[in-house]
Amino acid sequence: MWRFVLRTVLQRLLLLLLISIISHLVIHLAPGQPSEVDPMNPMMKAVDIARIRASFHLDDPFYLQYLHWMRDLVFGDLKSFRDGLPVLPKIWDRFLNSAPLFLLTTLIVWTASFPTGIHAALRRGSLYDRSTTLVAYTLISVPGFFLSYLLILFVVRTFHLPVIGQHTFGTEHAPLIVRFMDRIWHLAIPSIMAALTGIAVLSRYVRAQMLEVIDQDYVRTARAKGLDEDHVVYGHALRNALLPFVTMFGFLLPGLISGSVIFEQIFAWPGLGLLGYEAILARDFPMILTLNFMAAALTLFGILLSDILYAVVDPRIRLE
Amino acid sequence: MSGAEPQATPLLSIRGLRVDFATDAGSVPAVRGVDLDIGISETVALVGESGCGKSVTAMSVMRLLTGRISAGSIRFGNTELQSLSEPEMRRIRGAQIGMVFQEPMTSLNPVLTIGKQIEEVLTLHQRLTSSAARAHAVELLKRVGIPSAERRASQYPHELSGGMKQRVMIAMAISCRPKLLIADEPTTALDVTIQAQIMDLLGSLQQELGMAVLLITHDLGVVAHFAERVAVMYAGKIVEQGAVRDIFKRAAHPYTRALLAALPDPLRTAARLEAIPGRVPLPRMLPAGCAFCARCKHVFEPCPGVLPELFPIAPGHSAACFLHDPRRAPSNVPCQ
Ligand SMILES: Nc1ncnc2c1ncn2[C@@H]1O[C@H](COP(=O)(O)OP(=O)(O)O)[C@@H](O)[C@H]1O
Ligand SMILES: [Mg+2]
Repeated sequence: MWRFVLRTVLQRLLLLLLISIISHLVIHLAPGQPSEVDPMNPMMKAVDIARIRASFHLDDPFYLQYLHWMRDLVFGDLKSFRDGLPVLPKIWDRFLNSAPLFLLTTLIVWTASFPTGIHAALRRGSLYDRSTTLVAYTLISVPGFFLSYLLILFVVRTFHLPVIGQHTFGTEHAPLIVRFMDRIWHLAIPSIMAALTGIAVLSRYVRAQMLEVIDQDYVRTARAKGLDEDHVVYGHALRNALLPFVTMFGFLLPGLISGSVIFEQIFAWPGLGLLGYEAILARDFPMILTLNFMAAALTLFGILLSDILYAVVDPRIRLE
Repeated sequence: MSGAEPQATPLLSIRGLRVDFATDAGSVPAVRGVDLDIGISETVALVGESGCGKSVTAMSVMRLLTGRISAGSIRFGNTELQSLSEPEMRRIRGAQIGMVFQEPMTSLNPVLTIGKQIEEVLTLHQRLTSSAARAHAVELLKRVGIPSAERRASQYPHELSGGMKQRVMIAMAISCRPKLLIADEPTTALDVTIQAQIMDLLGSLQQELGMAVLLITHDLGVVAHFAERVAVMYAGKIVEQGAVRDIFKRAAHPYTRALLAALPDPLRTAARLEAIPGRVPLPRMLPAGCAFCARCKHVFEPCPGVLPELFPIAPGHSAACFLHDPRRAPSNVPCQ
């Protein structure tokens, strides 16, 4: 087990290095240079552009640019092309905004999907099953931003709450309870909206998984023992149905970085997804590359976590 | 043990059992009026080709069918099982009637230790504490011939061979000393050498616990050494039943005779096996009369149109074939 972890970690570190090199290549191949963000700006003169290019080392050979980036990342003095501010504290600030949204969304998705999917599977073909299927496919097909705008309209009209941003402008000096409730509202609406599609997809998956397991021979054995239906479903069937979801858990992690650009945009939520999106528009190479690097690291770590979790929950899996 | 004659008050008494499955292609009659008695401590074999309704009959007794019992009664002792509530039925399953299935590879839960899976039955029906249940589970594993039982109890099913898994299934099924053990093709999925060991184990457990056994098999060869009585099933009906020696020495139904002729005989070196021509008719396409008539050498005029009842041959021996109907049988047809 520990040998497996050590070996995999080393392999993954190598892979991470490779990914960072490739993403450098890709970003330099992409059309558009940081110095051309604002070509129509009459204030931009050739000398200015040359100055910018020089200060960003844009005319250095590729490997030097890569090494500069790596050095600055390791020593923590990577600076944004956009405003010259350090990249890492900026990411950290946005991370603190993204994390609650991400956690709440994930929590909603997982706690809503499992009961829904399990009940639909146990009552296959029932009215409940068919109506949840209909709702799920509707949610999957209707774009999230459309529903979000409807919900914003509804909440603003019914509760007179502007649910854009992280809190209502002008409530900074309101009593604690008011600020707290305001914060909850601002957090809850985007989380629910971001969760809806997740619930629709995951509950379908849970249902399929449960249906697959409920007809297995060992479930029949459990019934033949005289166990009641709850023991059969939750003690025997569900345990097996859950196995693939343990793997999925690890794959959630990168979502922390990419966030949901669409929902952060709609709700003006200053999260990591939006940060990355703005960085791409501004061709802010250090920011893009660092976010990309972190997403890759989280992905690789997530896969490792999945492998380990899988071996913990499924006795048939041995980590070698 | 009572021999050929069913006892006065049988342990299990199935009467007129009919089971239909609703499918997209219409209703499928899987079991079409089965009568079967099993006495206390008696071993009865239910024999027939694959698909003839053996498992469905067994699952009807356990009330674990996905289909519907459309008619008939199933009495266990003095209780009509079909009139029991679901909680009452659960107190019978696993406690009074144990069941062993055909597929040991998939019948155990892969994520639970085998000890845990046996303990579960004991804590459920015998209200044992978990440490007492563990001790008892280890005893049971020893009894069914699993070496180093303590260690095995904390292993998972994938760490055991197929034969070992079937032993675990048997340990689980007998853990509450049931009055009836239903073994649905317990050796079909196993190697030939393992098959004999499992049958020996079932035989010795039957003796030791004095339980009745319903052995379901498609292999008449297994039956001879094990069962006292045999019921031969074809297309959802019992076509012949009797004591083992009656069936082997004086088989009366052409289907039973065909099954016996298809059996490899260790004494005949030039083993020429006679396969039964034709196939089992699909449950949806059964003739109005005898379901075997399309494959039978002796068909005569009543066979396709009239359903034969079980005609007595000897005490405890009967066959559903017009050859044995004293009113209809043509005199020129040999009985054997
Ligand atoms: N769940 C089911 N749905 C539809 N038909 C079924 C189902 N289970 C069994 N059958 C049908 O019932 C008949 C008897 O099956 P079964 O009792 O399993 O045969 P066997 O004698 O091999 O155990 C078969 O023709 C099968 O197609
Ligand atoms: Mg069967």
